[in-house]
Amino acid sequence: MNTAAVHAVDLEKVAADYKKAYESVKRRIIICGGTGCVANGSMQVRDALAKELENAGVDVALEISTDEEKVHGKSLTYISKSGCQGFCQMGPLLHIEPGDILYTKVKVSDVPEIVEKTLRNGEVIERLLYLDHKNNDHPCKGDAEIPFYNRQKRMILANCRIEPGCVREYIARGGYFGARKAILEMTPEQVCQTALDSGLRGHGGGGFPTGLKWKFTLASKNPKKYVVCNGDEGDPGAFMNRSVMEGNPHSVLEGMMIAARAIGADEGFVYVRAEYPLAVKRMNAAVKDAEAIGVLGEHLFGSDFNFKVTVMEGAGAFVCGEETALMASIEGKRGMPRPKPPFPAQSGLWGKPTVINNVETLASVALIFKMGPEAYKKVGTEKSPGTKTFALTGHVANTGLIEVPFGTTLREIVYNIGGGVTDNSGKITSDDFKAVQIGGPSGGCLTPEMLDLPLDFDSLKTVGAMIGSGGLVVMNKQTCIVKIARFFMQFTQNESCGKCVPCREGTRQMLALLDDIIEGRADRHTLELLEETARAVQIGSLCGLGKTAPNPVLSTLRYFREEYEAHVLGKTCPAGECKALARPEILADKCKGCTACLRKCPVGAITGKVKEVHVLDADKCIKCGACKAACKFGAIVGL
Amino acid sequence: MQETMEATQAMIDHLAAVNRILEKNHYSKDRLIPILQEVQEVYKYLSKDMISYVATSIGVPPSRVYGVATFYAHFSLQPKGKYIVRLCDGTACHVKKSHSILAALYKKLKLSDEKRTTDDLLFTIETVSCLGACGLAPVMVVNEAVHGQMTPEKVDEILDPILAAEKVAVNQ
Repeated sequence: MNTAAVHAVDLEKVAADYKKAYESVKRRIIICGGTGCVANGSMQVRDALAKELENAGVDVALEISTDEEKVHGKSLTYISKSGCQGFCQMGPLLHIEPGDILYTKVKVSDVPEIVEKTLRNGEVIERLLYLDHKNNDHPCKGDAEIPFYNRQKRMILANCRIEPGCVREYIARGGYFGARKAILEMTPEQVCQTALDSGLRGHGGGGFPTGLKWKFTLASKNPKKYVVCNGDEGDPGAFMNRSVMEGNPHSVLEGMMIAARAIGADEGFVYVRAEYPLAVKRMNAAVKDAEAIGVLGEHLFGSDFNFKVTVMEGAGAFVCGEETALMASIEGKRGMPRPKPPFPAQSGLWGKPTVINNVETLASVALIFKMGPEAYKKVGTEKSPGTKTFALTGHVANTGLIEVPFGTTLREIVYNIGGGVTDNSGKITSDDFKAVQIGGPSGGCLTPEMLDLPLDFDSLKTVGAMIGSGGLVVMNKQTCIVKIARFFMQFTQNESCGKCVPCREGTRQMLALLDDIIEGRADRHTLELLEETARAVQIGSLCGLGKTAPNPVLSTLRYFREEYEAHVLGKTCPAGECKALARPEILADKCKGCTACLRKCPVGAITGKVKEVHVLDADKCIKCGACKAACKFGAIVGL
Repeated sequence: MQETMEATQAMIDHLAAVNRILEKNHYSKDRLIPILQEVQEVYKYLSKDMISYVATSIGVPPSRVYGVATFYAHFSLQPKGKYIVRLCDGTACHVKKSHSILAALYKKLKLSDEKRTTDDLLFTIETVSCLGACGLAPVMVVNEAVHGQMTPEKVDEILDPILAAEKVAVNQ
């Protein structure tokens, strides 16, 4: 028996004790411990900072101790780590309170200066601040001044700066109070109703009303039920769920607890993909901490409600993000989907009624039970309330993790938060926006005409796209859209489980057709066949993977048909990416006749005498690019 | 006789680790995937013998375990290198030209799409679909170390120290 739960945890006391202990914190330095910043050495920065401060005689704390003696009457500098703070390109990020200072790209070598100038003398080091390129490179002291941050509405990510390993901090900020209310003061029906009232829809891609899913599962009569958190975020280009699991794992656990109360479950699983080792570690630690403090286990808050959670790791199969495949995986089987009905609400894990919710949906649940469904509905749009996190990546100035209310326009995201589109060298250009891929391999593309489209579940369907999990990849005009469609096709083809013919064979054929187009072997029939096959795969596939695999192709065909036709009929790639269709040539007005390219060419395709304009024979050319690399005058184009 | 006993002892030691894993997971069929993951942690890959042994221990046909081992990308039935280099080819990394880094890796380690592990079992190159660090594209992970904003030039910077250290270890 869990002795911690014998005495039901007193959340108010935990919060009060933490706040009291926190009074001795005179200054807090938060170093981003998300995968991205860790990769860039943020933990070395933390260690260096701790050492430097200790050497300077400062009282450093790496955690808020429960031991009275360690905090009473002290003046501490608390150095904590956080989950992903979202501004990945500017990492490692270092945040200082009070003062709300945000230092970017912090290196270990910056630490002495930070200690001396900022921590000791209160001076802000300008060279470590973010420079607002849209405002004459104005140095921004902190979030409030940085457009990337101040134009977002961080609700799910509001706690992205807390210490994920400190459950007491989560409680002190109102965590688990919502779950306690659901368990002690509400019936399961009321919990379902609250979710329904909030209008919350699933954030994993389906957009199905969460309250309704819970209601169906509650209606199933079975003493054993399960809650599953889908953390198998497999969309390439998406890392929203990873950040929540790494940065605020307790919000996920709290959401699961509330879901369990809603449906009458006593056991839950968090399925995290194996490619997220830090998320696995933090979720496991959170479960342990929650059990130790008494918010997970038996007789929660002194009630009859029990809830235990096990963290399971995936093993590298994108299809396991599909709920029936995910359940098969938890059961130790091959992750192959099965037909629905029966839906998990009736028959899920081991045949028992099961609710499967996405990480972000569960984090939103915790939020809703804290702020109340009415307040939640005030944000976003009528049919898509609340906020959504997006992973903004690709050819945009500020890549990272953002959160905006549903209904925000693409223009706001790409230009104001994202800072504008960049060319291949990373420079911001004003007229380079080609498209945004939204929804990953199941999604579609949004074009310049849609820049003012409000992003919500329903509006995107009208243009053949979907919010999906929230991956937004911006593409500039130097990107070949056919190659992008092929990229996604290869991905889904590779990840197809192989069970049903339309998906297994259909995606393979679609990939082959796309290769024909890219390599110059296509004709008009290719495009017709591609479309026909795409529709067959959509209709005939068993699960979501197959059904949505043709989306990128259909979407790009719809909005960029001329580009496909250029490849097929004109045998040329307008963006200049498809090597097979490249038509290299030497520009006469730039060529100085230096013979550098001639000497490098492995097949003798270039002829010419010294000081005379050289000529490139496109038929002999194997498009290796050696000539272009050798030319110092930019005279070789089309490669 | 001595040789047989030594071989048997080696086998017993060899399987002791696996037995511990099986016990920890209660010999449960449901826990097949975590079991295989832990076995692979220890042995770096899943051999046919290991698959049969796990199957028999948890009471399922070896074909079932084989089916699971071959379905999931994480499981390898071939020995892997000491250093696993995972290059991300997710959307963001792809758009930022991850394939040029793959070419640089292949060139440096004399590997190709068909041959992914060096003969000395030092390096294995894998491409993965998304590591979730898209803000730092393109991304490469060597064992647990994540390297962001990769360029073909950085490949040398990252691999050379490892090669040097391994040479020293071999010579010692």
